[in-house]
Amino acid sequence: MQMPPPKPTLLAQKPALVARLRMALGDDCVIDDPRETHAYECDALAAYRCTPMAVVLPRSTEAVSAALKICHEFGVPVVPRGAGTSLAGGALPSADSVVLGVARLTEILEISAEDRIIRVQTGRTNLSVTGAVEPLGFFYAPDPSSQLACAIAGNIAMNSGGAHCLKYGVTTQNLLGVRVVLMDGTIMDLGGGHLDAPGLDLLGLICGSEGQLGVVTEATLRILHKPAGARPVLIGFDEPEVAGQCVSDIIRAGILPVAIEYMDRTVIRATENFAGAGYPDVAALLIVEVEGSDEEIDNQLALISNIARALNPVEIRQSKSATESANIWKGRKAAFGAMGQINDYMCLDGTIPISELPAMLAKIDALSRQYGLAVGNVFHAGDGNMHPLILFDANKPGDLQLAEAMGADILRACVEAGGCLTGEHGVGIEKRDLMQTQFTLGELELQLQIKDTFDPKWLLNPGKVFPLALTESRRA
Amino acid sequence: MSVSDLAKQIASATAPLQIMGGGTRAIGPANGTAISTASLTGITHYDPGALTIIAAAATPLAEIEAALAEKNQILPFEPICPGATLGRNGVSTIGGVVAANASGARRIAAGACRDLALGLGFIDGLGQIHRAGGRVMKNVTGYDTTRLLAGSHGTLGLITEVAFKVLPRPELTLTLQTEGLDDAAAIAALSAAFATPYEVSAAQHISGGATRIRLEGFAATLTKRADALAAILRGFMPTEYDWEQARLLTGLAPKIGETLWRVSVRPSHGAATGAALKAAGARTLHYDWGGGLLWATAPDTADLRAALTCPGHASAMVQAAGAFHPEPAPQAVLSQTLRDKFDPKHLFNQGKMD
Repeated sequence: MQMPPPKPTLLAQKPALVARLRMALGDDCVIDDPRETHAYECDALAAYRCTPMAVVLPRSTEAVSAALKICHEFGVPVVPRGAGTSLAGGALPSADSVVLGVARLTEILEISAEDRIIRVQTGRTNLSVTGAVEPLGFFYAPDPSSQLACAIAGNIAMNSGGAHCLKYGVTTQNLLGVRVVLMDGTIMDLGGGHLDAPGLDLLGLICGSEGQLGVVTEATLRILHKPAGARPVLIGFDEPEVAGQCVSDIIRAGILPVAIEYMDRTVIRATENFAGAGYPDVAALLIVEVEGSDEEIDNQLALISNIARALNPVEIRQSKSATESANIWKGRKAAFGAMGQINDYMCLDGTIPISELPAMLAKIDALSRQYGLAVGNVFHAGDGNMHPLILFDANKPGDLQLAEAMGADILRACVEAGGCLTGEHGVGIEKRDLMQTQFTLGELELQLQIKDTFDPKWLLNPGKVFPLALTESRRA
Repeated sequence: MSVSDLAKQIASATAPLQIMGGGTRAIGPANGTAISTASLTGITHYDPGALTIIAAAATPLAEIEAALAEKNQILPFEPICPGATLGRNGVSTIGGVVAANASGARRIAAGACRDLALGLGFIDGLGQIHRAGGRVMKNVTGYDTTRLLAGSHGTLGLITEVAFKVLPRPELTLTLQTEGLDDAAAIAALSAAFATPYEVSAAQHISGGATRIRLEGFAATLTKRADALAAILRGFMPTEYDWEQARLLTGLAPKIGETLWRVSVRPSHGAATGAALKAAGARTLHYDWGGGLLWATAPDTADLRAALTCPGHASAMVQAAGAFHPEPAPQAVLSQTLRDKFDPKHLFNQGKMD
């Protein structure tokens, strides 16, 4: 994965730039000592690292605006950063860039149960938003698995999802308004506490724009009342195809589970060694969770179990209590950590129509044998968002490149199956060079023109999302 | 005419074009030579097991809903059908629904039209054919032009095809109703209903009339849910109500010399906004979305937009200039620049949203 080479003219401006930033923001909001900027050299795509010229950590929207104005004036690229949990390299700096972190913007600005909204500064973590409204009985629905650490700013930038979006949607369906700062320092409010906004849906465009159109400093988020309860059923199958059939049958039957999670044998075995959840050793395991009162849950789980039984499962384990639910979820929640214990892995994020699941699992298996790299599959089956984990050895020369090549083949197959390159992680640098498999040059050109509209000088997170060759003249 | 024929026509066009769908919901002025999507019809893909449907732009909304009903599924956002109320004769098309981001009572629970749109095809102002989004539920690949096109009223491109996420049709629908609440008390009751785990799927109040709450779910357990909610909301009783009436905006037809307005505010500002609209001349006033969406009829001479005292916006449901609420300044500049990029020849629906 290449990054654009740093421009010597920009590097030469570092002392003057840092002095201006310090003057505008205060010394404690600007970091330029390489020993400290080092901490911002990567996000969760840790294979790629680069220390920025400086890091700014503003304490207000106005300070974000001041910092952006200065960088705009200097022509210096700015890499916005939430909590740095991007799996796609969305917050990876370039050597000639300034990282703008929202980590100090963590205030809750308003909670309204009557309007069913919370307004927060975007440095706040996803889980702490739910924490803030829990005493009222409410929650914030999008739940990326990094929710303990990830910031709302990053959730908006990547339009993050999670396990429960089959029922509740992803970030864009739960975001009602933003305060966003454009690269030239303009502060703009889009949307608000009402359910729609006048004019073009610029809010929808900002969400998922990977920090390339503006820096979001405040967000108005929809909150929902918590369900009375939630319990899963665990279903094990001998054949991945039958598990795929089961997912489709459940949905056809008119049941809308809040989550349908899938794990294959590789992942089950890894999590058993790691978390000991007591999963059956099967080819494919589904965890299907439904919500409601106890009676409603029992009613739905019975329907789901009946559908599963018709497909000859190896095992059905219906949770009857909070303890049993926790046990069923224990392995799934530990899956990524468990896989990390046995090997380095690369986590993909392609999404396919769920009717294509069986064929795609067979395709991944074939590619795994072709490349000689093992793959574990653990993903959100209800919405077709696959997370194949390609196992490789980072210390073995060439293995990362092999894994990347295999990942690219899987993602191409996802697009061919009617899906997309990324369901919730974003393009970042990771899938940048695959964009032409999903979009025509004409479609990409129109997207570049959208960026031209918001950031004519191409200074905000410039080396991301699009193939570098397509953006070179604009970044010049 | 096929999509590529339409694209050629647009590529060679030199004067403004007015995009025509079914003609049931367009607002704003109509300028330019008509270009119709009428030839683009039919459901091109329907996968009930994946909760996905794709249809060409001029496919009648009714045809899509009938196909979904056969498999016990629905368009979750329950698009309003204002044609008859507005005195229009056409047949509502799915392209028009998306161009207007038309969402009904269930928006409060299941999301708006723009939330359920998974992707769309469109032709830009140079006659180039684009695909935005796709047909999968999670997709963050590139900028989200699907949401940008939804609700753009044909000012960015001609929508040729739309993909939606659909949902199972609820087995049972129950309505709880009370009469005689003033607007503030009604909205407070609706808010209280949302502060429960019972997943209210519609919450409406007719000023001076009924206040209604809808619950949807499995037949075996929904009655208990309704009983539990009725116990919290004193005075609400089970009733039979045809929610189709809400989709049709029944009771909101403007008389001769009147205009129908659509106003969006926070629910907590709903009652104060309603009072301001009445003071400015509103005759009938309906609240949807728990008090956050107001429909009002008022004399043509009354400017309900000027009467707004809280953050929000007001559209007049008329085919004339000034129908749309103006965008704030920095946003208006960006929107205009986007239109310049999507439609450099300034062909599509000129001045529609100004």
